Order: sequence, then C-alpha cells, then structure tokens
Amino acid sequence: MLFPTTSPPQAPPRVVITGAGIVTALGLGWKPNAEGFRAGRPAFRPVSHFDVRRQRAKNAAEVDLPASLPPTRLSAKQTARFDRAASLLLLATHEAWQQSGWEPMENLPFVLGTTAGGMSFGEAYFRQAVQTPRRHHHQSTRAVHYQPQVQARTVLEALGSNGPVTIVSNACASGSNAIGHAWELIRCGQAERALAGGYDALTELVFSGFDALQALSTTVCRPFDARRDGLALGEGAAVVALETLESARRRGAPILGELVGYGTAIDQHHLTQPQPQGDTTLTVMKQACTTAGVTPGDVDYINAHGTGTVLNDSSEALAISHWAGQRAATLPVSSTKASIGHLLGAAGAVEAVVCLMTLREQWLPPETLFETPDPACNFPIVHQPRDARVHVVLSNSFGFGGVNASLVLRRWT
Amino acid sequence: MSRIFVAGLGAVSPAGWNVAALRAALDQGEPLPVQSLERPGWEKPLRARLVPNPTSRPEFLTHPRLRRASPITHYVVASALEAMAQWRADRDPGFRLGLVVCLQSGCVNYSCRFYEETLKDPATASPLLFPETVYAAPASHLAAVLGNISLASSLVGDPATFLQGISLSAQWLGENRVDACLVIGAEETNWILADALWHLERPAILTAGAGAICLCREPEPSIGVELAAITDAHTYSTQNRRTQAARAMREQLGAPTSCRPTSEQNKKIAGRMPALPVDAELLCDGVGNSPRTDAAELAAWRDWNGPRISPKHILGEGLMAAAAWQCVTACDAVAGGRFAAANVSLVGSNQQAMGARFARADSAISHLSPGRSPGNIRP
Repeated sequence: MLFPTTSPPQAPPRVVITGAGIVTALGLGWKPNAEGFRAGRPAFRPVSHFDVRRQRAKNAAEVDLPASLPPTRLSAKQTARFDRAASLLLLATHEAWQQSGWEPMENLPFVLGTTAGGMSFGEAYFRQAVQTPRRHHHQSTRAVHYQPQVQARTVLEALGSNGPVTIVSNACASGSNAIGHAWELIRCGQAERALAGGYDALTELVFSGFDALQALSTTVCRPFDARRDGLALGEGAAVVALETLESARRRGAPILGELVGYGTAIDQHHLTQPQPQGDTTLTVMKQACTTAGVTPGDVDYINAHGTGTVLNDSSEALAISHWAGQRAATLPVSSTKASIGHLLGAAGAVEAVVCLMTLREQWLPPETLFETPDPACNFPIVHQPRDARVHVVLSNSFGFGGVNASLVLRRWT
Repeated sequence: MSRIFVAGLGAVSPAGWNVAALRAALDQGEPLPVQSLERPGWEKPLRARLVPNPTSRPEFLTHPRLRRASPITHYVVASALEAMAQWRADRDPGFRLGLVVCLQSGCVNYSCRFYEETLKDPATASPLLFPETVYAAPASHLAAVLGNISLASSLVGDPATFLQGISLSAQWLGENRVDACLVIGAEETNWILADALWHLERPAILTAGAGAICLCREPEPSIGVELAAITDAHTYSTQNRRTQAARAMREQLGAPTSCRPTSEQNKKIAGRMPALPVDAELLCDGVGNSPRTDAAELAAWRDWNGPRISPKHILGEGLMAAAAWQCVTACDAVAGGRFAAANVSLVGSNQQAMGARFARADSAISHLSPGRSPGNIRP
C-alpha cells in the first residue's frame, strides 16, 4: 500500500548509483559523452528536424539517433511507434539498465522528468486535424503515445520490468526533481531500487516558444559570460539506476557514485524569470547540502543550471556567491549547456550523469567558448579542459514556473 | 506513520464553481446539459460539457499573475481557494503549504493557439502564450496567489495519478516538510482534446474543471475525514492488462466487512447520491461512457453490493479533474455524515489502476493495516 506505509527506516539508507545512461548531441552513451564534456566540445548545428527559416535562432544540439534501437522485449510493432523522445529515453534507460546488471523485476519505480513527452505526436495530430480534418489515420495512436506515461511504461516493459511510473513535469527542473523524488522513495523505505531520469526531444513548438521569447542565442551559448545573449536548445535523455547501498553490496555491483543530497523549492517571483537575488536557488542549495551533510568547503565543483540567459545566470551567480561565501573564489563552476544546449526536462538528469563522470574520471567539464566573466561571478568558470580532484559535486536545475532543485553527489571509492 | 486528515475540499466542474454545486448536481442525478464544440473543417460538432461562467467575477482574477492565465489555471486557483477557505484567515506566517498539481492533458488551449501561430508564421507567434503552455504553469500561478508554498510539484499521468499526488502529499506531511498540502487535479477543454477523446472513446463527453483536497496532519482543522488507504499503483503492461490491474487494485483495497447497507439499500445507481444509514460505505467509481476502460472497472467491482456513485455519468469525462471530483465527492459524502467511509476506484486510461479509501476521522484508524513491502524489498 502507498498509504498507510510501513514505518520508515530509523536511519535513511544510503543511496548509490549503479547504472547510468546518457544520450546527447555529443553521442550515445557514457564514453562519447565523457570525451565530449571533458573537452568542452560544443555540439550545435543547424536545426534539421523542422523549418527554422523564420526563427531568429537557427542552431540546436541535435542527437544523431542510431539506425536501430537496441534489442529489447518490445516487438517491432511497438518500437515502430517510438518518436524521437521515446527513442532517446529507451537508449538512455537501456544503457543504465545494462550497466546496473539488474534482472527484470516487478514493482520497480520509474520516475521521469519531461516537459514535452511525445510532443511530436501532438504536433502531428494537430497538423493533420487542421490540414486534413476528415483524415483520421494514425490519430488514435498519436493521442495515446503523445502521453509521457505511455512512453515510460513501454520503455520499462522493454526491459522486462513493471512498476509504478511517475512523471514529474516541473519544466526544466523536472530531471533533477525526478532523481530527487526517486532518492526519497528509497530513503523512506518505499522501494529498494528505482530508475530515474529525464528526457526531451527537440520539437517545433518548444523551439518556436523559446525563440518567440527571444531567449535563444543568435550567436553562441556562453553561460556566465558577460556577453551572453541567450540559451541554445538541445535534446537528449539520461537515466540512473538508484539502489540502497545494502542492495548494491549484496549483489556485488560496481558503484558509480552516491547521491547524498537533494533540495527543492518553488520561486514565486515570475512564471519565466527567476527572483533576481536567487533566494530560492540559495534555499535549495542549502537544503541539498544539509541533507548531504556537506558545507561549501566540501564541494569541489558546481554544475550550474547556467542557461546562458542574462537573467538566469546573474540570479544563479548571486546565489552561488552568497551560498559559497569565501569558498566562492576557488570553487570551480561551469554549465555543460555550453556543449549540449538546454535539454529542458532532461537537463537535470543529464547534468547529474555529467557530475558522475567528473567524480569517476576526475576532470572538470569546461565551457570552451567562455571569454569574459559576468561581474556577478566571483567564482572561477571552468573554461579549459583540466583534471581535478573531485569528491563532492552539486548540480543546479531551475524551471519555468519557479521550481528549483539541487542534487549533491559524492565520489565512491 | 502519520495520520492524514482532510482539511478542505474544492471543486470547479460543469456543475459550477464550488463543491456545493458539484454535490447538488450529483444529488440531482441527471446528466448535465451537453454543449457543442466547433471542430474546424467538419460540419458535425464535437460534444462537451463546459464549465459555466462564474456567477460573479472571482476576486482572484485581479491578481497580476492571472491576467493572461488559461482556464485551467482559473480552475486550479478557484478550487484551491475553496479548499483552503477556512485556513487562509488565521494562518501564521511560518505556515508551510505543499502543492501537488496533477494533469493529464494540461494547458491545451494555449498550446494549440501557440502551435497554430507557429505553423502560420513562427516569427509572429506570441511570446505571451508559450509560457502558459507548460504543465507547471498552473502550479506556478497558484503558488504566486497563495504566497506560502514551500514545496510544489506537477505530476502528469492518467487519472489514477491523482492518487499518486495524494500519496506524495502524505509523504511530505509524514516527513514534516509541510504543515498542509493541496492536491489538485485539473483539466481544460478545447476542440482538439475533444477530438482526441472522440477517436479513443467515442461515446464519452469531454468536460473540464478541477478538484482540490487539502490534507493536514492534525485532526483539529479537518472536516472529519481521514485518509485511510491508498493502494499501490497497479501499472498496466502486456503481462498485467487493465482488467488484471483493476482486479488487483480492488483486492488490495479490500471491502468492508461491516457497515454494509441492508439488501434493500443495495441499490446500484448511476449518479444519484443515495440516502443511506450513516454506517454504510460508498464506492465512488470512475465508470462513465468509456466502454473500453469501464469494462475493467465494472468487472473489478462486480462483487460490490454497497452503494456506488459514478460522477462521470453526470459530469462527463474530465480526465484528471474527474479523478479529483471522485475523491472530493467521496470525502464530501463522509464529511456530510452520509457514509462512514468512501472508496475511490480509479482505473486509468493508459497507465495504472489505483484505489483509495477515505473514512470518518474517528473510525479510519480501525481500517489500517501494515503496508505491503515493494516487490524488490526483502523482508
């Protein structure tokens, strides 16, 4: 029963990550992404999925999908119904699953963040309904597979598993919230294992929306640069396999890292703009570090939300500076959106996996196009590839609507 | 484990802008009038039950955040304010309110308008519309109106997700992260959504609105109703079809072994709220005019011989809002002293079957049983 529940454990169990899957414009899987992030390689190109000739911005970080999806328990008919978003999700989930070494199981929670789900189905439905209103072919299928819970359920089934699906849609904080929510499910004793992550594909509606808001950069995405002029969109997915330390040890599973802290709160300032002083960001960073039992002095790197918009980056910079205090002067910060763009509902999950990479491989991801620091940044922006001693990292994510989330991850040695 | 109480209810539905209107419509037992929705390029209109205009302009519409908000946000705010009515006057400044907004289709009006503008010419698509298309917009606006939301989340899924929202709220309350928590299910209507429903469940009639439940940890501010149980989420798969999931939900929720009405009172009625002894237990189901999903739910509850109410027969298919109305109706029936307890059955359209029981606050604890461990936990 979800309620009443059994009494929670006296001390919350430690939660470790035993599998991670990632798909971005840098490539499919851990290795090409780690190489790309380590080098700080930007992965933008002219948008090819839809017509952008009448948009201000022309580029995005598109994923090259493989010719075929990995073999799973789904039939060819089922995978034929996948749109880009579902394919991204399957690829990331499959990699995380393989790495975790889990066997198919019942009652496995799958917590996902997304902003658009199967939006491409929704767009196709709308176009057909308007342009050829008497044609009904495929409309039923689109109406069903547009819904993210259907995509998530299908992907879980692809792995031979079943369990409660939770779709968190707190805009661009969704991926972090999903991982945080799964972490809480395990800590409160509702589950021993969970899959969590986020996914979003580029769609015409969303691209047009950010373009209409003039939030997209017409030059290059340069988070925290004084000359930044907006964000760049990308697409992708990331999924992590979370389990109690006891479970991982019991089966002798390799551990990629430990998720030790999570904070979330809502900024009521504006639907699309952060509170200028970054008060809510400060709150969630403090919450995450309190639950993790770490101080700013313990944190070796911050993967910032860092969209590249004027308002976001200045607000986040103030929050980081306030939170870090004297530590700010030496605390490395970067935004990996400089390489792969803003992945919206997938951003927080992808950035959590990037944090895992830094912990595992001991390097920091640079923003290679960064030139001039914003005056609000009194912390160093990582702008050149470099190795580093990384034991604790913090990842920030903020969304339209005001939900902020921070995750803290620790190296597993 | 904390006990969780119901502190307030709110509803916006085709019956009107409060719980009283919802209750009156269900008591009346007559399906509400159906309106036409014009479908571009087709002579035959679609059918829907629209939310009537409020009798007077709600005061909350003067809030600057709601100037351009879509109808779904209006429904969310109105239902939330009703559910919070008795709390708002005397709350202390440190009061921490949680918010969970559950949606299936979400902000379809502005999404369609914005995409239509994009298809015509993206260079002139309105930047005012786009932010209102995101699932998180209603929660954001409500947080700004209420001003004391400390935790918020928007969940997307089929209608049974509303009970996931209740469960999340109970978790936040149990961990003392909030002092009270609003759980809201909401939808809005437009022609494209009605068209999609027509493709999937032709006899169903789309409707819109919101239902809100305010939960708290203490019995004192409650309306005399307690959350007694929420089942696991019985997720559909090729191995666990909707019929099996519904049956598993029903078995897990169980049936009361006492408090049953007499055989004369065991009338199964479509929408009307029965007048029965106060020790009877109600089933508030999600059966409507959707043969595909109704069949599984009807089969799961075939052995139920107590009173039942099916709000969708009266109100229509309100997706997540309908799930919220079921819970509001169940709580309202218990709060009004008409039933000792009320069961809610949510057999969702494409994700999961879940059930819940709400009971009179003084009796709920007797129904409690230890939770079942998740399958992946060893004893």
